[in-house]
Amino acid sequence: MIKQLWNRIRQPVDAWLFLFTCLVFALSAVLLFSASNQDADKVMNKIVFMGVAIGGMWVIANISQATLMRLALPGYILGVILLILVELVGKTVNGSQRWLNIGITHIQPSELMRIAVPLTIAWFFHHFEATLNWKHFAGAAILLAIPVALILKQPDLGTALMISASGFYVLFFAGLSWRLLGLMAAAGSTLVYVVLQWDWCINILHEYQCRRIATMLNPMEDPLGAGYHIIQGTIAIGSGGVTGKGWLNGTQTHLDFIPERTTDFIFAVFGEEFGLIGNGLLLVLYLLVIGRGLMIANTASTLFGRLLAGAIAMTFFTYAFVNMGMVSGILPVVGVPLPLVSYGGTSMVSILAGFGILMSIQRDRKLMKR
Amino acid sequence: MSFPNTAARQAGRRQLRPQPRLENWRTWFVLSSLLLLFAILLGRGIYLQGFNEEFLKEQGDQRYTRNLKMEALRGMITDRNGELLAQSTTVQSIWASPRSIYLLPKGQERPHDWRQKNDEEQVPVSLTEIHKLSSQLGVSDAELLKKLFDERVNSKGEAQKRPDFVWLKRQLSPEDAKKVMALNIPGIYSQTEYRRFYPAGEQLAHVIGFTDIDGKGQEGFELTRDKTLAGKAGSRTVIRDRRGYIVEDISTIVPPLDGQTLQLSIDRRIQYLAFRELNSMVERSHAVGGAIVVLDSRTGEVLALANAPSYNPNSRTRIDPAHRRNRAVTDLYEPGSTMKAITAAMALDAGKVKPTTVINTDGGRMTIGPATIRDDHPGGSMTIEQIMQKSSNVGAAKMALMMDREAMHTFLKNMGFGEKLNTGFPGEAAGRLRPWKDWRPIEQATMAYGYGASVSVMQMARAYQVFASDGELRPITFTKLVAPMPGRQVIKPETAQAVRKMLEMVTLPGGTATRAQVIGYRVGGKTGTAKKLVNGVYSDTARVGSFVGIAPISNPRIVVAVMIDEPAFEMRYGGLVAAPVFSNVVAGTLRILGVPPDSPTENILLPPPGAPEILEET
Repeated sequence: MIKQLWNRIRQPVDAWLFLFTCLVFALSAVLLFSASNQDADKVMNKIVFMGVAIGGMWVIANISQATLMRLALPGYILGVILLILVELVGKTVNGSQRWLNIGITHIQPSELMRIAVPLTIAWFFHHFEATLNWKHFAGAAILLAIPVALILKQPDLGTALMISASGFYVLFFAGLSWRLLGLMAAAGSTLVYVVLQWDWCINILHEYQCRRIATMLNPMEDPLGAGYHIIQGTIAIGSGGVTGKGWLNGTQTHLDFIPERTTDFIFAVFGEEFGLIGNGLLLVLYLLVIGRGLMIANTASTLFGRLLAGAIAMTFFTYAFVNMGMVSGILPVVGVPLPLVSYGGTSMVSILAGFGILMSIQRDRKLMKR
Repeated sequence: MSFPNTAARQAGRRQLRPQPRLENWRTWFVLSSLLLLFAILLGRGIYLQGFNEEFLKEQGDQRYTRNLKMEALRGMITDRNGELLAQSTTVQSIWASPRSIYLLPKGQERPHDWRQKNDEEQVPVSLTEIHKLSSQLGVSDAELLKKLFDERVNSKGEAQKRPDFVWLKRQLSPEDAKKVMALNIPGIYSQTEYRRFYPAGEQLAHVIGFTDIDGKGQEGFELTRDKTLAGKAGSRTVIRDRRGYIVEDISTIVPPLDGQTLQLSIDRRIQYLAFRELNSMVERSHAVGGAIVVLDSRTGEVLALANAPSYNPNSRTRIDPAHRRNRAVTDLYEPGSTMKAITAAMALDAGKVKPTTVINTDGGRMTIGPATIRDDHPGGSMTIEQIMQKSSNVGAAKMALMMDREAMHTFLKNMGFGEKLNTGFPGEAAGRLRPWKDWRPIEQATMAYGYGASVSVMQMARAYQVFASDGELRPITFTKLVAPMPGRQVIKPETAQAVRKMLEMVTLPGGTATRAQVIGYRVGGKTGTAKKLVNGVYSDTARVGSFVGIAPISNPRIVVAVMIDEPAFEMRYGGLVAAPVFSNVVAGTLRILGVPPDSPTENILLPPPGAPEILEET
């Protein structure tokens, strides 16, 4: 009886992915205790969120690929409607309109789109698998462009970029031609070059975004204003040295010099206290998670599964890279949390939902094999 | 539970499935860009943590450690009996941070529920608040507004940020500062500072000097002993968080080393007496200035040193530089006849004459080359004692000419002329003693009665101290000694005693300084009335009247030198203008020091009525 229950519980779970996730979680709880100035309540809170997220992951892992595919388009349409509602009646917080009041609570529809967009595009490609041609790629691009445009309008550059990336990964894995890829790379680098020029940037992006880019290029220009985050981040990481200052001993952290130190900038705390060695360890853990995700993609039984798993794994990678890059001063400051580590429930839940999908794909493979 | 398949098994399955696989290049592209980007992150980590670690660590430290200066309490200055002469007390200074506030339009007040949103937000301040502040500080509204809100423009004409720091009022009493701070105006702060008080005020201004508003010694001993008085500021290394709150002290607190107490050799009572007597004489004689020195002849300690005019070191108003001059030490003058005692001692000590040796003064005229030396009170043949008593220039010149030039030069040097006293006093004058090889006979002769060599009052006092202490020259000191410093025997004791006897005769009837007498004590000294060099020519009217003397003669204890610069013409004689000061100061000083009287005479021995007072003119 107990054994049956146990089997039922562990059956949909991918052991490796779960193990790596738990390792990162353990590390993040330890780190949060230090970053929050030893606030046990906050750590407890985070652990509760972990439980909730893992529960969510388990539920999603139980959903079959077929059900996921059925849910894709309705979810997407619902998301887009909600985004339009946000645009019309949304709540403005800190200058951007991201939240929607649904009576009981406020929700951020863009979070839903993090999953819905790759899911739908993967479903789209899977649906037209037999006759796949360039028109389908164009259609997928439109599917991607609608929510991204709506989210950019809020404005929420970070989320828009992440969703673009996840959609792009689906397109890429679906076999986007290398010519087009080359063209996009050229266009992308042109765009990067353009936004690096203040005068041009100001025409395309918001002024605060342009300032963040300019600040990244030269943080010392405004060390107390826009450059503050970057300087404090690099100082904290660098002062950790090879071995770090030790857990709870990060001076920059505990004296409140690191902004957002439990959320977006938690990597600075980590770098300061655990040094280069810890840094390397976290990278390895992330690589393992991503590697496992890619492996699931590689062995998936359907195109849908392969595209979706690949996109989820690569999106996770993108989160990690963008966050660490921003904290260590090689990317501009964009509001992207360090996946699984930063304090904050929403991001954790949506990432583990993605992992649930990965597990569902992995499980279906096994069923098919049988 | 299923574990990941091996690559081989995956490859096997791949063949079984007809579905489109990821092309090879795509797989490699994904994997390699993934690894490349993580390698960049790791590289950045190595760059920051491996290579830039030291620099960034330091940067980090700079952000949270601060060195706070802990002011040391400046040492006291006391007189020889421990009486306070200078002391630092705590005061409060009010300062403002103009950058953190802005002015509300007229008639508008800051709402009561106004709260600062963050550290950077400027706080509104109303005109009523400014008015309250200005009346409490005792400045005008306009001045305060200018200090706080005037836009500053740099040399290029660009508007400057308003400053972070500006003094509004320095050194308020703690009570007044409390009232200011009770107004509770944002952006206004107070800071503890030390302020120096000088209880002796102008009496001792020249010796002690004063400090500037930042506590740095500017004059006198406040300047020369600045290091020991100031002590050493301590430091506190603290950790501060981003908002600047002090989180904790790092173990290395260096406590401030308070300044040391400086005990001077000055006796405040004698100083007061000397200053009062000098000042009243300078006023009465309408003199330009004056100086007085009282030495303890047994130790070389300075018991009093006063100058007129003086200034109040407690007042912060601008002080006339002329009033700041410590004339007794820094100013040189040609001593005139007071030099004759030294000349006589030289001739006596060299064995050229005895006190009773008779010298023919040739009716008060002596011609050397084109120049003629004259006496005011011409006489015929006089003993050395009489030459001193009547202050005969010719007699002194003849004594000097008995010596060879080099021997005279050496003697004067031995008596401390032409050399600094090394009391450590700022701007101390060495005086001028020209090289003997250049001396012409007329110069040697005039030097004998105090022309052609310049000295300070202090040097003169020290030279007479040699007579008072049986021929020993002692170093002069302003600090209290535990034991007298060893002196140097520069003349024979008999010579010193002989000179003392002559000096006493000067104050007795028939001498030039009867007004120097003191009831109950035998005193001795020499007057001087030197013409002043004005623009290189000896003036007909400007004189320096001086008196240098010893008391009591039987067992000398003190030397007093008085110099009055340019008294009114009818008061020009040293015997008239300086000797009375000497008399009053000696009388008081000997009583203060508890020196037993040595004279049976209860009366001043004045010349018989009707007899003309003998006043010398050199």
